[in-house]
Amino acid sequence: MTEATAKPGDATALARLRTAARALARRLSVDGRTGVIALPYAWLFVFFFVPFVIVAKISLAQMVLQRPPYTAFLLWPDGQTWPTIQVFWSNYAWLLQDPLYWIAYLNSLKIALVSTVLCLLVGYPIAYGIARTPATVRTLLLLMVILPFWTSFLLRVYAWIGILKQKGLINAALMSLGIIDQPLDMLHNDFSVYVGIVYSYLPFMILPLYATLEKLDVSLLEAAEDLGARPIRAFFTVTVPLSLPGILAGSMLVFIPAVGEFVIPSLLGGPDTLMIGKILWNEFFSNRDWPVASAVTIVLILVLVIPIVILQRQQVKAQEALE
Amino acid sequence: MDRTPTPSEDRTSRTRTPQVGARGAPVRPRDPAPEPWEDPNAQPYVRIEGVTKRFGEFTAVDNTELSIYQGELFCLLGASGCGKTTLLRMLAGFERPTSGRILIDGQDVTDQAPYARPVNMMFQSYALFPHMSVEQNVAYGLKQDRVGKDEIRRRVHQLLDLVQLDPWAKRKPHQLSGGQRQRVALARALVKRPKLLLLDEPLAALDKKLREQTQFELMNIQDEVGVTFVVVTHDQEEAMTLSTRMAVMDRGRVQQVGTPTEVYEFPRTRFTADFIGSINMFEGTVQEVHDGRVRVAADRVPCGLEVDSAVRVRDGQRVWFSVRPEKLRVRPDDGGELAATNALRGTVRDVAYMGDTSIFRIDCGPGELVEALQPNVFRSRKREIDWDDPVIVEWSTEAGLVLTE
Amino acid sequence: MTRRLSPFVITMMVFGFAFLYGPIVSLIVYSFNESKLVTVWGGFSTKWYGELVRNEQILEAAFLSLKIALMTGAIAVVFGTLAGMALARYGSFRGRTFFTSLVTGPLVMPDVIIGISLLLMFVSTQQWFGWPQGRGVDTITIAHATFCMAYVTVIVQSRMSALDGSIEEAALDLGARPAKVFFTVTLPIIAPACIAGFLLSFTLSLDDLVIASFVSGPGSSTLPMVVFSKVRLGVSPQINALATIIVGIVTIAVILAGILMHRQEKRRQADIQQALQQAGY
Repeated sequence: MTEATAKPGDATALARLRTAARALARRLSVDGRTGVIALPYAWLFVFFFVPFVIVAKISLAQMVLQRPPYTAFLLWPDGQTWPTIQVFWSNYAWLLQDPLYWIAYLNSLKIALVSTVLCLLVGYPIAYGIARTPATVRTLLLLMVILPFWTSFLLRVYAWIGILKQKGLINAALMSLGIIDQPLDMLHNDFSVYVGIVYSYLPFMILPLYATLEKLDVSLLEAAEDLGARPIRAFFTVTVPLSLPGILAGSMLVFIPAVGEFVIPSLLGGPDTLMIGKILWNEFFSNRDWPVASAVTIVLILVLVIPIVILQRQQVKAQEALE
Repeated sequence: MDRTPTPSEDRTSRTRTPQVGARGAPVRPRDPAPEPWEDPNAQPYVRIEGVTKRFGEFTAVDNTELSIYQGELFCLLGASGCGKTTLLRMLAGFERPTSGRILIDGQDVTDQAPYARPVNMMFQSYALFPHMSVEQNVAYGLKQDRVGKDEIRRRVHQLLDLVQLDPWAKRKPHQLSGGQRQRVALARALVKRPKLLLLDEPLAALDKKLREQTQFELMNIQDEVGVTFVVVTHDQEEAMTLSTRMAVMDRGRVQQVGTPTEVYEFPRTRFTADFIGSINMFEGTVQEVHDGRVRVAADRVPCGLEVDSAVRVRDGQRVWFSVRPEKLRVRPDDGGELAATNALRGTVRDVAYMGDTSIFRIDCGPGELVEALQPNVFRSRKREIDWDDPVIVEWSTEAGLVLTE
Repeated sequence: MTRRLSPFVITMMVFGFAFLYGPIVSLIVYSFNESKLVTVWGGFSTKWYGELVRNEQILEAAFLSLKIALMTGAIAVVFGTLAGMALARYGSFRGRTFFTSLVTGPLVMPDVIIGISLLLMFVSTQQWFGWPQGRGVDTITIAHATFCMAYVTVIVQSRMSALDGSIEEAALDLGARPAKVFFTVTLPIIAPACIAGFLLSFTLSLDDLVIASFVSGPGSSTLPMVVFSKVRLGVSPQINALATIIVGIVTIAVILAGILMHRQEKRRQADIQQALQQAGY
């Protein structure tokens, strides 16, 4: 505070210069702020945004046997000042021609959609129950929802193999109880994929639902009942509409990653479980056709743009409500 | 600043002579020393010169001029969104004026960062550091100035003593009551002996009883430390009790600056008259100006209005004649002759019994409800004047006021 | 608020938690099974643990994964905290919308997309600038830090938004410069969020299979990659043993955190008691 308390009369030229410099810096807002934004911005730009541009670029190339295994985007023959751009649309044409791809896209969307609805049906009562238990128990239950998230996703999916397979836990239990004579086929089909996805993504559904349900004022329900609504009716006319933001956020958090899921279909799915994540993996690692894999990626991103935008809108709204 | 005539019966002066740093028994100046804002030779301590602040299209503060003198407790009063908080934040350095200058003690601080200003602020939310004890909170500002350890301890405890919080020094903010938190915030803002202390709605978070008590505490503390206070409040009673002078703000502009008495008794605009307390207003035309007495013909009440006024008006001018409810006298209608001016016949439509006083709403013609406040002088079970009673409302020529804008 | 729960809700909760924990319990139980078959209980045994600790491939991969996870956590916390601060405090700045999309994008983007696009970028930059020289620990760490950052950002941002902004203004007002305000006021208050962000990044990095598979090179197989190649072939009791160890570590960590928090609460209560006595109540 030394400068501030100094009388204006005895301000030296140096002090005046310093004040002027600081005022200039404030006007240009060259301060810590810029750095705070610039560092993460630069990182994300380079390692998250640029890669997509490169993928888009490679999706317009053709596979060749060289390193890297695709044709160049810019051709620069000797003596030419400006490079020529070399674009092939053949990969996208290929995606349209071969039914394998669009069947895989549609199947992924179907599996993700069904899993999302199942997650909602299972998750809603749980989230509702947690939000309505006393505060002490609530913390414990919440912790129990989050805890599996901290243990390996891969290992938790793997656990279902032992449970669902022909000589697995469920079949053994049902047969020893005499309910069935023949083991049920539960592994390596769509059923096991649904089980895997619902199991893995359930916490992503419960947590946003819980967050909105917890904020819900019980007196609203009491008001509804006071005005003559039966509890069930009060639930569907008050609780459900007010928890819509949570339903939307939770659904998107399950749906989006489920569309591109790879681990679950490859461990629990069968040979005819076509999901785009698996196709992409195979295209890349087995067929080594990078341009086609890039095209598959670009189309997948386009498919996911709408749900991602919905989710981000939702998050921005929630953030604004918080502020 | 041009002001309305100052009333002779001004309240007891509460301005302090400059005594920054002078500890010990405060010296309370006695009249007849003139108040600094009445003294043409006095230098203002804080000067806000033509300050405007825009946020995009929205003008929060519009070309504002204010002078605040040393030792004042100056209130910025207005409804929410009137620009008072923005003005305060510009004094603190959190917002930079779009144009204009701010000077504190002769120094231009317009472009000074908040951490470099000799100004401290008490926040509406108190903004106590939750991870520090009371003591550490108060010491924080001194640590930034690299004050010695012993000196810090001495000054922190001096301040905690002043706000009677010494026994709570080791506590964290969440272990304190609302009133205690408020006092920590005050101590923290005062410990650096700022040239100017800014208080943003200092009492808003307290309940009514505590608020009244704290008002007086705040005034006593200011007396003791002699720092110039600028208080932002939306509560007119608070502003009336606390301030030496106040500025009434509306939509980014200062409507009027003056002592509480001036602002209450001599509002310059209809906005100020209406914002501070309640008031009856009759629109009309000036009929005659004679010897400091103005006669107004009201549009909607059947009586002549007469008032002693120094406001310059001319014949035929549209004016608003206003009179405060407590300056009216209500008596039962005895059917006698009505005075030629400043008297109305009416019917009681509403009576609100407040204990010490009663408020009457009297219907004096189509759509003209006059509000009158009467002290309950006698103890009685039965009201002297009740619903639907015919009454006469009268007032003297000194009671009213002519407003032109 | 509490309200009486219907039997339906209680039943759903019981089944829900059984569904969440059943598979984990079965993993643990069968890690102690002498027999290799899931359906046959061959008696209690710790032999799979013995095999696990002698499996050098797994140990090496685990060590590599821990190394990557630690570095990932450190980078993600620094950058994520900065990003969270920028989003919570700086209001609207140029490019904010784009920045928000960049930050939240990795949260929902399927792993395969992140993996393939980062790999293709690394291949391209190697071709253009000669960086990175081959792929391995560095590229995996960069990839993990990029998507973990998003989680840290969200945690820090929500913590800071809930915080009264005038606390930092008060510190500025009391004479602290912005950098000092950050280290003496902001950071201590958001520290729990940063720690949570670090732990989450650490776990997510340790857990990731898909992204690491894309951006790793020969000789740098992380633990999930080794586990995946094993479980693809079917049930392996060694993996059960590994899962049990991981679950054990997480559970112990959670219990420790719980005890710490409980102690802190008790100390706080004691403080209040003491203060009350001093005040003469």
